[in-house]
Amino acid sequence: MYAALWRVLPGPWWVRTLILAVALVAVLSALVFWVFPWADQFVAPQDVTVSQ
Amino acid sequence: MREPGQDQAAAPQAGGRRGGVRPRLRRRISPLGVLGELLITAGVIVLLFLGWQQWLNDLIVGSQQHALSVQQSQTWNKAPGPTKAPQPDAPPVISAVIPNAQKFAQLIVPRFGANYYRQIAQGTGVHDVLNKGELGHYPTTQMPGALGNFAIASHRKAYGGNLEHINELHVGDHIFVETQDGWYQYEFRNLQYVRPTGVGVIDPVPEEAGVQPTDRMITLTSCNPFFSTAERIIAYGSFDTFYPRADGPPAEIAATVTGKA
Repeated sequence: MYAALWRVLPGPWWVRTLILAVALVAVLSALVFWVFPWADQFVAPQDVTVSQ
Repeated sequence: MREPGQDQAAAPQAGGRRGGVRPRLRRRISPLGVLGELLITAGVIVLLFLGWQQWLNDLIVGSQQHALSVQQSQTWNKAPGPTKAPQPDAPPVISAVIPNAQKFAQLIVPRFGANYYRQIAQGTGVHDVLNKGELGHYPTTQMPGALGNFAIASHRKAYGGNLEHINELHVGDHIFVETQDGWYQYEFRNLQYVRPTGVGVIDPVPEEAGVQPTDRMITLTSCNPFFSTAERIIAYGSFDTFYPRADGPPAEIAATVTGKA
């Protein structure tokens, strides 16, 4: 899958590396700013209060 | 600017490669390989999520809370109120009924770092208060400076991790609660560990149900041990001094309050 992605990217190796680096930053940003905060609500809430 | 020239330079080379070496190396994509790579990717994303939840997001939420608190303090500065408390021996106490999830106070603990400046909201709702990175005030307990117990809860780790270092408090450490009226200085006294059902810790006189309070206490509750909810860690402090807003913040926290720490 990733090998195929590398093959379909145009240009010499450093252009492909640059494209992948930009794509990686985009994916990580999307995860941190949207996906993780959204997924967080499905994680069991940690109870920090005292109650009966 | 440089791209057209490079394209021309690269084109013959790429074309040559495509006709020569590349086809021999090209393999069919196997479903099993794709599945494996997807699983590895999923594993990496789960690890990234844990890193975000337990570490990165605490930094993000912490700095957001700090910025919001500095802003709120400056808003309150516009209506400073009297320089003396209404009663000589007692600090002013919020008398208004605060609606659930509304922010009304802020917490400053120098032991937790110079940038530690977090907001306190009414109620201990998981989603409307605690998971937003705020500390939650047990609505049945008293207000800051009042006779009795000002009890607040927050996360130990994740969602801002407001009480991550609660176990590092030293006897006599100052715990400041800021409201529109000014700063209430409490002195940390002791830690206690209880079961999640140990509601006695938020009584007006902690662990003494039904006793009339004569002291002004603060109680912080969080979960213990780390990454677990098996127990609760409790920190108690007793009221020491009130600093009216009109006189400015106490020197110990002046840099934190003005956002210059």
